[in-house]
Amino acid sequence: MERTQLRRQVALTRQSLFDQGFLDEQFIQLEDLQDDANPNFVEEVVTLYYRDSARLITNIEKALEKNSLDFNKLDGFMHQFKGSSSSIGAKKVKAECTLFREYCRAGNGEG
Amino acid sequence: MENGFSSPRNDSFPAGLRVLVVDDDPTWLKILEKMLKKCSYEVTTCGLARDALSLLRERKGGYDIVISDVYMPDMDGFKLLEHVGLEMDLPVIMMSVDGETSRVMKGVQHGACDYLLKPIRMKELRNIWQHVFRKKIHEVRDIEILEGIEFQMTRNGSDQYEDGHFLCGEDLTLIKKRKDIESRHDEKDIGDNSSSKKARVVWSVELHQKFVKAVNQIGFDKVGPKKILDLMNVPRLTRENVASHLQKYRLYLSRLQKENDFNNPVGMIKQSDSPSSDSNGNFGSQNSINLQDASNGCYGFSGSSLGVHNVDPRNHDGDRKRLVTAPVAEPKRGVTIDPPNPSKPRNSQMEFGHPLAPPQSEVNFARFDFSFPTKYPWCGVPETQLKQEHNPLHLNDGFSRQPMPGQKQLSRADHPQPAPAISSATSSTERQTGCPVKIKPSHNDYTSNANHASAVDSTPLQTKTNMTDHQAVQENQGLNMNCLADLESPRKNINLGTLPFATLDEDLQVCFVAGDYYMNLGLQNIEVQEYFDPGLLTGVPTHLDDGLRFDYEIYDPTEYSLIDQSLFI
Repeated sequence: MERTQLRRQVALTRQSLFDQGFLDEQFIQLEDLQDDANPNFVEEVVTLYYRDSARLITNIEKALEKNSLDFNKLDGFMHQFKGSSSSIGAKKVKAECTLFREYCRAGNGEG
Repeated sequence: MENGFSSPRNDSFPAGLRVLVVDDDPTWLKILEKMLKKCSYEVTTCGLARDALSLLRERKGGYDIVISDVYMPDMDGFKLLEHVGLEMDLPVIMMSVDGETSRVMKGVQHGACDYLLKPIRMKELRNIWQHVFRKKIHEVRDIEILEGIEFQMTRNGSDQYEDGHFLCGEDLTLIKKRKDIESRHDEKDIGDNSSSKKARVVWSVELHQKFVKAVNQIGFDKVGPKKILDLMNVPRLTRENVASHLQKYRLYLSRLQKENDFNNPVGMIKQSDSPSSDSNGNFGSQNSINLQDASNGCYGFSGSSLGVHNVDPRNHDGDRKRLVTAPVAEPKRGVTIDPPNPSKPRNSQMEFGHPLAPPQSEVNFARFDFSFPTKYPWCGVPETQLKQEHNPLHLNDGFSRQPMPGQKQLSRADHPQPAPAISSATSSTERQTGCPVKIKPSHNDYTSNANHASAVDSTPLQTKTNMTDHQAVQENQGLNMNCLADLESPRKNINLGTLPFATLDEDLQVCFVAGDYYMNLGLQNIEVQEYFDPGLLTGVPTHLDDGLRFDYEIYDPTEYSLIDQSLFI
């Protein structure tokens, strides 16, 4: 019973993520890749993503703390982040990255 | 490689395709690995471009296709792409989040088979085998064509190639000729071609050197797979192997040339490579330049007298080109045959056609080929070459200044050798470099770019009248094309020593390109490519250096020596 309930919860959460635009079809692709040989594939990938992006975010924060923003570097970080997020289908993150990059290009520190 | 292909592919192509994935993002590596495994491919992942290159080199023929990301921390994806294409001639697929047209165009220009956008879908990956297949087919076809062409040549004598187009490294020409040849192909014995599935031959350094030597001996203009094969006298080598290798070599040369010339619109760059765009932009980015140089270099050789355009001060690129073109025109070829007589041949060579006149470039080429063998200080050269990039312009300037535009070219021509050989320049170089190398010496002096000097040095090409520079050069790299020194008298003008390095670099670079090219072929390393640049570019070194440098890292000095040999041909 609990299991079913949990499963239902998971399914709902997952669906909401899609609805809210947090995830896109890439995530589905990942799910398709999961099979018996790698039952936890998606989990592994997402974990990997979190670890990698945590590191990236730290770098970004450090770069943002500086007085004079190095937009090129930030742009580079964003590109990386964008790539990573697209790998798991993190749509919203990717969109934010794009926006961030626009600001970088414009030299908009406030943005 | 025959071994590589046969087993996995026989049963159910494309299953078992051996893919190498290069990407700095671990998440993507994992995803791609899983996707590819689902397609029943054999996957190897790599987080660094450097590692990827060494992996590829270690196991030549161990992979069928390479998939690489564009933005990587240690090496630019495009550069990796070039290296792979030149050294191993594997199909490479680029991928990136960025799908802008300009980027995609750049990818294609650098030789990518395909450009995928991230996020990548499974279905896109399923079809990558078509690139492998396509390449195989083309290889066989090219060989046949080349064979046909060669056949034609032998039958018709030299008229054809003298036209210049025949042997032009340019693909265009080849393609045109191909059609012609094909039509008259009947008598040609295509037996060899049909036999195969060409076994993939690994072009080891020694083999490449032999190849370069043979090419130089024959004379770049007259070169044909059969002749080369005979000269090389390697038992298991087939004409197809040689033909395809030759084609690649030419491409490389022309690309290098193009890079050099990219500034110069001179016809030199005939190569289809987008030299101009690349070169210009790339000038800094060694890759393109190298290519240009290569292309330029090719030009020179192809005999299509690119018009060794006088070394105008214009960008070194132009110079490079000039060198390249020049060689062709001149009968220098004859020179190449000369044994590296240090003292004498050089002069003759350099002077061949035009004592300093643009033909020099040709001469240089001719000369390089064989003269360099000794010179190949490649080892040393590559480094310098990279430096050359810095000075890319230097060379040109240097050259342009030189009264002898041709000289510059000579320097270029020499460079092929100079690159690694230059170090050996001690005596042998003299001969060869006489022309091109000379420039280098001057460059070395210039070494305006400290780097260049080194790079330039390596490329003995230093046009500096080798003699004088020769020493200088040698210091730098040993490349001292001292050989050039001999020739130098006219060259001395070029002696870049006075001239800005840049000019020399260019010229040198041009030379190198040719030289490098050979080397690369033999070496199969990307490094070889590098050589060209440095050598040629002595002036240009800056850009080349970068490009070259990168490669050089991998390049071991030992290889250089080998290259020298081959280059010298």
